Amino acid sequence: MSTLHLDAEALYCDLVVGVRGLLQANSALVGIWSGGAWLAERLQQDLKLDGEPGVITSALHRDDFDKRGLSTGAGQTKLPFEIEGRHIVLIDDVLYTGRTTRAVINELFDFGRPASVTLAVLVDRGGRELPIQPAYSAARIALDAKRRLSLARDDSGRFSFNIEEGD
Amino acid sequence: MLSRRNPQLNQHGELVHLLSIEGLPRAVIHQILDTAGTFLSVNDREVKKVPLLRGKSVFNLFFENSTRTRTTFEIAAKRLSADVINLDIAKSSASKGESLLDTIANLSAMHADMFVVRHSESGAPYLIAQHCAPHVHVVNAGDGRHAHPTQGLLDMYTIRHYKQDFTKLTVAIVGDIVHSRVARSDIHALTTLGVPEVRAVGPKTLVPGDLKEMGVRVCHDMAEGIRGADVIIMLRLQNERMSGAMLPSAGEFFKNYGLTQEKLALAKPDAIVMHPGPINRGVEIDSSVADGKQSVILPQVTFGIAVRMAVMSTIAGNNA
Repeated sequence: MSTLHLDAEALYCDLVVGVRGLLQANSALVGIWSGGAWLAERLQQDLKLDGEPGVITSALHRDDFDKRGLSTGAGQTKLPFEIEGRHIVLIDDVLYTGRTTRAVINELFDFGRPASVTLAVLVDRGGRELPIQPAYSAARIALDAKRRLSLARDDSGRFSFNIEEGD
Repeated sequence: MLSRRNPQLNQHGELVHLLSIEGLPRAVIHQILDTAGTFLSVNDREVKKVPLLRGKSVFNLFFENSTRTRTTFEIAAKRLSADVINLDIAKSSASKGESLLDTIANLSAMHADMFVVRHSESGAPYLIAQHCAPHVHVVNAGDGRHAHPTQGLLDMYTIRHYKQDFTKLTVAIVGDIVHSRVARSDIHALTTLGVPEVRAVGPKTLVPGDLKEMGVRVCHDMAEGIRGADVIIMLRLQNERMSGAMLPSAGEFFKNYGLTQEKLALAKPDAIVMHPGPINRGVEIDSSVADGKQSVILPQVTFGIAVRMAVMSTIAGNNA
């Protein structure tokens, strides 16, 4: 039984405030598939930003391709705006090793040269394996390496967390 | 370990070689087509390259000439960041008497990670797949009359792109079906994907009656064959066979089975016209049809690169 209680909706309210503080003129939100993309979608509305947010996937730049193969069903990068010269705010649900963030930054640069890239996350669970830090995290927790934490979204658009025991 | 039932799949049912569409599960085909969609969008990026095969060596082994297929495989491998080595085997060691497996052993010693093989003998890519090291992957780029699976998959990508749902379609394959590995791969793919009506259209000498066993309706009359079709796949009439007893003449063939605007009008108004290329204008297809608004022959070529990227990256990421 999990004793960890994470209220995703409450944390999302904090994230809205945190991301608002990161925005500058010419900023654009890009959500990391899939949880981050859901968050970016809702943030775009709640922060009253024009247009659609970007969606980005790490699939083509993952460093575990040799071990795990091509990740299937990993969505597709869709950036409905020019990223050249923009201040990109990457949004993710859970930050862990930092490897996904690294892959996503590489993916982003395949589309051009942004003015800056920052990262905002719902939960930072520690365990970093790369020198990557978020500009904002709504919560910081310590979680055993065996446990998997991911965001879920129900039909009404409400967020919750799934915590699974790994192998 | 390779599956005993299907040498292209490992024990987890993942694709490690692409040898034939025959026996591929529907889910594997859809997965490749979905992946190809991702790679198609790579063309829209500033950097038209992804690093999945960085540091890997892809050897194009063409024992039979084919500029177009070899080039699209080369582009696909380069867009995946692989190093590509083209060997025109027809002109090299094989002509000096080296056996196929000795050639493979030598190239493996040069640290090949993937072989893309075209051979005039059916089954040559299977032989290579059975004898190469476990980390080496093989793609069949056309073997004899047997199979041309990447052409089959790019045809399926094209059909899905324009028609979405396979389960309501009538697809007519027209021309020299008996000699065509493309036709065979297309038929396996179409039936696996649930196309309710696949027709093989052409003269008795070029369309064998036993195709019925593959779930295909055989039509020796062109009008009957393309009437109401959603998709028409024209095959190249191989000029080299024209002089034999198979056909009276190219002109005769065009009169009966060449796709003209008049014959195309028998198909559905939104039918698409496909051709694996190279086309023989005025032999199997009229210029006005090949260049017409229903023709998707050039998009097929573009899709072919994305499909080959999908195949190569899928098999490279799966271990035997």
